[in-house]
Amino acid sequence: MPPDSQQTDRNLTLKDAVLEAMFEEMESDQNVILIGEDVGTAGGVFKQTKGLFKTFGADRVIDTPISESAIFGLAVGAAMAGSRPIIEVMFGDFLTLVMDQLVNQAAKVHYMSAGGFNVPLVLRTGIGVGGNLGPQHSQSLHGWLAHIPGLKVVMPSSASDAKGLFKAAVRDNNPVIFMEDRMTYNLKEQVPEDEHVIPLGSAEVKREGADVSIYAVTRSVHTALAAAEHLQVKNVSAEVVDLRTLAPLDVETIVASVQKTGRALVLDGGYQSFGITSEIAATIGELAFDYLDAPVMRLAAPDVPVPFSPALETMTVPNAEQVVAKVTEMYGGLG
Amino acid sequence: MTDNLTPDQNSAILDRMLLIRRFEEMLIDLAGDHNFGHYHLYIGEEATGATVVESLTETDLLLTTWRNHGHLLARGGDPGRMVAEILGRVDGYNKGRGGTLHLTVRDVGFLSTSGLVGGAVGLAAGAGFALKQAGEDNICVVFFGDGAMEEGVVFEAMNLASLWSLPVLFVCENNNSGAISAQEGGFPSSEIAASRISDIPKSLNIKSELVDGADVVAVHAVIAEAVGGMRKGSGPAFIETYTERWPGSRPLWPTQATGVTQLAAAWDPSLITGVYADWIDEYDPLLRFIRNQLDTGLLSQDKLLERDAQICSQITKARAFGEASALPCPESALDGVFAA
Repeated sequence: MPPDSQQTDRNLTLKDAVLEAMFEEMESDQNVILIGEDVGTAGGVFKQTKGLFKTFGADRVIDTPISESAIFGLAVGAAMAGSRPIIEVMFGDFLTLVMDQLVNQAAKVHYMSAGGFNVPLVLRTGIGVGGNLGPQHSQSLHGWLAHIPGLKVVMPSSASDAKGLFKAAVRDNNPVIFMEDRMTYNLKEQVPEDEHVIPLGSAEVKREGADVSIYAVTRSVHTALAAAEHLQVKNVSAEVVDLRTLAPLDVETIVASVQKTGRALVLDGGYQSFGITSEIAATIGELAFDYLDAPVMRLAAPDVPVPFSPALETMTVPNAEQVVAKVTEMYGGLG
Repeated sequence: MTDNLTPDQNSAILDRMLLIRRFEEMLIDLAGDHNFGHYHLYIGEEATGATVVESLTETDLLLTTWRNHGHLLARGGDPGRMVAEILGRVDGYNKGRGGTLHLTVRDVGFLSTSGLVGGAVGLAAGAGFALKQAGEDNICVVFFGDGAMEEGVVFEAMNLASLWSLPVLFVCENNNSGAISAQEGGFPSSEIAASRISDIPKSLNIKSELVDGADVVAVHAVIAEAVGGMRKGSGPAFIETYTERWPGSRPLWPTQATGVTQLAAAWDPSLITGVYADWIDEYDPLLRFIRNQLDTGLLSQDKLLERDAQICSQITKARAFGEASALPCPESALDGVFAA
């Protein structure tokens, strides 16, 4: 049984909302399997797969050796032959070990075979800074993946979205990368039961505003929402647009927001150089230039590895104060 | 040992070997008329591919590497559609998106041809995994070269296959260049610290055999035994098939080093001439199998030449089909990145 099905208020953490989505999808489709390091008997190093092994057994919840490349290759081959694997890569940093099988194989199978084969799988991984995990366990490499044609990239910010997007990801017939910032794992909110599926490629306005649009994904959405509160005090009404998926990208919602507000700030926990903030800023510049009252601004992680020391680590995460400062800059200062 | 193969099987294997040889010889000529990029030929290794498929059923799955034409033809791929794909035409199996390096034929159970060294081996473990989960006795065969043994993902995939007893037949076609090509500045392939490639899977408790890849009878014996065991659930097997690299595959680009094959050389040594006479005489798997078949009385010279003429005609038609096929509409390049 899903871990929180006993609860009546349906107030779930993001981690448990995804777990519930996995339960439901594995229950409804025998072809859905879960593969990864410590996902089985241990229930995941973050307890994110707790209970699945007990319910679905060793045939469908499969612990693996520490062989990210071949495990992912195995998931691709299994998907081509009829399975619908969910594969966990413990840290987003380890995507580097998976890249050949992901980029050269999975992303190209459907195109290269002229539709002869599909790769219906979900690669789930945790990303982001926090917990003082150091330079090799803190990266946010979603920009790399969104750059590759053939991959879908999903980045939920809330528990409810995470459940609905995860279910859509499992049902999608393409390789979908599902990236959660580990700092969002324990965020709680009301989560609908059962058939809650959010189509991939739909952004959502998380807070309506009139003066400036702030675009973000996953944890940065919460940074933007906090900043919007501060800006309200300064009589600036900020709209927060949660992109939810990078690929496909909901260009329509992005453009509609800035057409209304006339100002845009793109916020991200990934690197600024050649990252998603640049892509979205350019999209806005191309499609909504006539509506802009100020240059589109970017705020992203500085181009440095993520250091270990708590004193240093915080410098690599864009925060609400910086968002407020950027917006202030767009107004030429706000007395 | 020949008892293991029925006359029909011998005949089918010989047909496949002839088809592959004539297809590949045609491609060298085709490359003179069309620019279809870098390509790799299966000449000299026909005995392996043509024989392995004899042990497979229609529902088995296969994956291969860029030296793939022989595998696809052996499995029943249509030569005309293959030529069309190699030329990037609309009637190609992949509508021109794959070319020679990525030819795949879903109809005959070929999942993938990887352009990355060892790239398909991880996928093969996955196909074996799905087949095992399905609970039938199907197996997955993956062909790769000796160079793939230098890639980490191959080790990882073999480890998974062994741990989980997956029905994956690893066929390592070792066409490592011998002393001759090294003297001529040819490209070396494998550089492995292990004394023998087949020792590596052994260390992972995978049943492993080394066999002369130019000897149909020997290849069939080890493959049939391995596949039989795998269908009963014995887990993966690894077969290293060793061949002396065909001189035309020694340089970076294929060359017609040994000329168009004269089948009569199998019984008339005076036809074996040129600087590569040793390879033709000693290592050519096609001539070796023809001699074997003539010796057993299963085949006559006339019947062989008649069959060859039929296959040459089939290849001529395949080439014409491919060359007549239209180029795809350029805009179609933008379609089909994602599945519906």
